[in-house]
Amino acid sequence: MISDLFSMTVLVGILASGIRLATPYLYAAIGETFGQRSGVLNLGVEGQMLLGAFTAFYVAIQTGNLWLGVLSAMIVGAVMGLAMAFVTVNLQAVQGISGIGFYLFGLGLSDLLFQRVLGTVETVKGFPKFNLPVLSDLPIVGEIFFQQNILVYISFALVPLAWFVLNKTTLGLKIRAVGENPEAADSLGVSVARIRYLTIILGGTLSGIAGASLSIALLNVFQQNMTSGLGFIAVALVYFGAWRPFGVLGGALLFSLVNSLQLWVQVLGIPIPSDIAVMMPYILTILVLVISVSRVRAPSALTKPFKREE
Amino acid sequence: MSKPSQENWYAKLIDIALPIFATLAALIVGAVMLLLLNVNPIEAYAALWEGAFGSQNALAETLVKATPLLLVGLGICISFRGDVINIGGEGQMIVGAIIGTQVGLRMVDSPGWLVVPLALLAGFAGGALWGGIPGLLKAYFNVNEILSTVMMNAIAVQLMTFLLRGPMIDPAQAELASKIPQTARLMENFRLPRWIPTRLHLGALIAVVLAVLVYILLWRTTWGYRIRSVGQNPDASAYAGIQVKNYIVLALVLSGAFAGLAGVMQVYGVNYRMITDGSGSGFTGRAGFNGIVAALFGQLHPLGTIPASILFGALLVGANKMQRVVQVPSALVIALNGLVVVFVVSSEIWRRKRQRRRLAAEMALQEGAPGESDGSEAAHYGGEVD
Repeated sequence: MISDLFSMTVLVGILASGIRLATPYLYAAIGETFGQRSGVLNLGVEGQMLLGAFTAFYVAIQTGNLWLGVLSAMIVGAVMGLAMAFVTVNLQAVQGISGIGFYLFGLGLSDLLFQRVLGTVETVKGFPKFNLPVLSDLPIVGEIFFQQNILVYISFALVPLAWFVLNKTTLGLKIRAVGENPEAADSLGVSVARIRYLTIILGGTLSGIAGASLSIALLNVFQQNMTSGLGFIAVALVYFGAWRPFGVLGGALLFSLVNSLQLWVQVLGIPIPSDIAVMMPYILTILVLVISVSRVRAPSALTKPFKREE
Repeated sequence: MSKPSQENWYAKLIDIALPIFATLAALIVGAVMLLLLNVNPIEAYAALWEGAFGSQNALAETLVKATPLLLVGLGICISFRGDVINIGGEGQMIVGAIIGTQVGLRMVDSPGWLVVPLALLAGFAGGALWGGIPGLLKAYFNVNEILSTVMMNAIAVQLMTFLLRGPMIDPAQAELASKIPQTARLMENFRLPRWIPTRLHLGALIAVVLAVLVYILLWRTTWGYRIRSVGQNPDASAYAGIQVKNYIVLALVLSGAFAGLAGVMQVYGVNYRMITDGSGSGFTGRAGFNGIVAALFGQLHPLGTIPASILFGALLVGANKMQRVVQVPSALVIALNGLVVVFVVSSEIWRRKRQRRRLAAEMALQEGAPGESDGSEAAHYGGEVD
C-alpha cells in the first residue's frame, strides 16, 4: 500500500491539496509578518481566524453571497485587530499574554455564536474550482496549480505583493524602521503608533480571510475550534520564514505538503495511526523553530511597547 | 526599602482592585453580548451564581473545578515570574495524567498508600518532562516558548487520543463498537478520599498546601529568588553569576510539573479513569488555559491564585447551569475568560504609571540618587527582590 503513494495520480493529488491547504497559513502568516516587522507579536491570530471563519460561513449561508462572507470576515478580523492594537499600542500590554486573551475570546465567541445562531453542523457551497484559462490545461502542472479556488490564487499573489510593499515602498521602510528602531523612526517623524495600528489591523483582516478560506473554500463547514492550532502554526511560520514573505511561503508550503501527505496516508489506508500522523506537522514546527530561530535575528523591537520619552 | 506603610496599603488595595474591575468589565461586555443574543443578562448571571454557589453540592463542584486551575496557576506563577510564558498547561496536564494513570493501572496488586503518592509523583514528573522540553529549547536553542508549548499541547492531545483509543483503552470498551476513548477504571482503594456526598476530594486541600509551599519557594528560597531575578533582569542576573539558562529550564520544569499534577489529580480524584471526548480539551476542560487566567488574576502570587481559582471555577460550574436555564452555551465563559486576560494585562499600565510616579517622588526625596534604574520593569508584577 505504501507503493500507492508513489503513483502519479496520488502524487498530483498530494501536491494539489498541499497547494490548497497552504491558503489559510499564507493569509494568516503574511498578516502576522507585517505585525512582527513593525514590532508587534500578535498571538491572537487563532481567535481572529475562528471569528472570521464563523462570520464568513454565517454570512455566506444567510445571503448566499460568498464574497460578502469574505468581506464580513475581513471586517470582523479588522475590528479584532483594532482592539489588539489599542491594547498593545496605547495600553502597552504584554503582547504574548494579551494575544492569548484574544485567542480565548475568539474561541469562546465563535463557539457561542455557532451554537446559538446555527446550532447544527451545516455545509455551505463554498468557492468552486476556478480553472485558469490555458494554464489549467497544462499536463500535471495545470492540475496541481491552476485548478484551485479563487482564494488560493489570491493568497499566493499576496506573497510578492507583501514583499514589494515591505521592501520597495516608503510604507514598508517605515514598517521596518518602527520594528527595528522605533526611537529613531519616531525622531524622523514616523508615527510609531499609526504604523503599528496599520499593521495589526492589516494582520487581523488577513487572519479574517484565513478563517474564511477554511470555512467557505477549503472545508465548507464551521465547527467549534475548527482551526485547531493553525493560527499558532502561522505565527511560528513567520519565525521560520525569517520575517520575509517568501520565507513564509516556503514554510507554508512545507507544512501544507506534510499535512496533505498525512491526509492521503489516511485516505489510502496506510497503517499509521491517524493520531500519530496528525502529530507530524506540530513536531515539524518545533524542529523547524529549532533550526530557523538561531539562524536569523528577529526585529529588534519585537514585543517591546514603544514609550515616547517626554 | 522603606516606604510609608500607608502608601503600601494603598498600593495593595489597588493591586487587588484592578483585576476585580477587569472582571466586572468583562462581565459587562458579556452582558452586552447576552443582550445581543436576546437573553436577559440578569437572568443568565443569576443562573450562573446559583449554579456556582447555590447549594452545598454546587459549592463543592466549584472547588472541584478550581483545583486544577489552582495547580496549573501555581505553575504559571513560577514560570511567568521567571519571564517564561508557559502556554503548555494543557499538554502538561495530559502527559502527567497519562504517566500517573499508568502507575495505577499497572500496580493493581499494591496497596493504595503506596500507589496514590507514587502516581501523583509520576504525574508531577510527566508534567515536568513535557514542560522541560520547551524549557531546554528556549534556553539552548532560543526557541520561543509560547510557540513550542502550544505545539507540545497539540502533540500531547494526539498522543492521548492515540493511547486511549489504542494501547491504553479500557478492555471492556475495546470489545464494544462505541470504543469510547478511556482507560479501565482505577481500583477503588486508589481513589483520593472524598468529602461524601460531594465530589470534593483531597486534591483541593493538597493544592492549597502547595500554594503555600510555592509562596515559600518563590520568596524564601535561593531557587525562587533566582527564578524571579532571571525573570526581572536576565542580564544583571547573569552578571551576578546566576546560570540563567538553568533557571529558565527550571521555571518551565516546575511549571509543567504542577500542571502534570493537576492532570493526574483529575484521574485519581474526579473521574477514576482517564477519559476524553476526542476533542482537544476533552480531558482537561481547558484548565491548562484557564489556570493562566486564574494566575494572572491572582497577580501571579500563589496565595492570590487561590481565590482567583475559586472565582474561575465558579464561572465554569455556573456556566453549565446557565446553559441549562437560559440556553446560553457555556462557551460564553471561555470568551469572558479571554476578556479578563486582556483587561488584566491592559490594566497593568496604571500600576506601572503609579510605580513610575512613586519612583520619581522617591528620587526627588533622596536628591542626587542615580536615576538610571528603571524600576518600572523590575517591579512589573509587583514583585520585590529581597
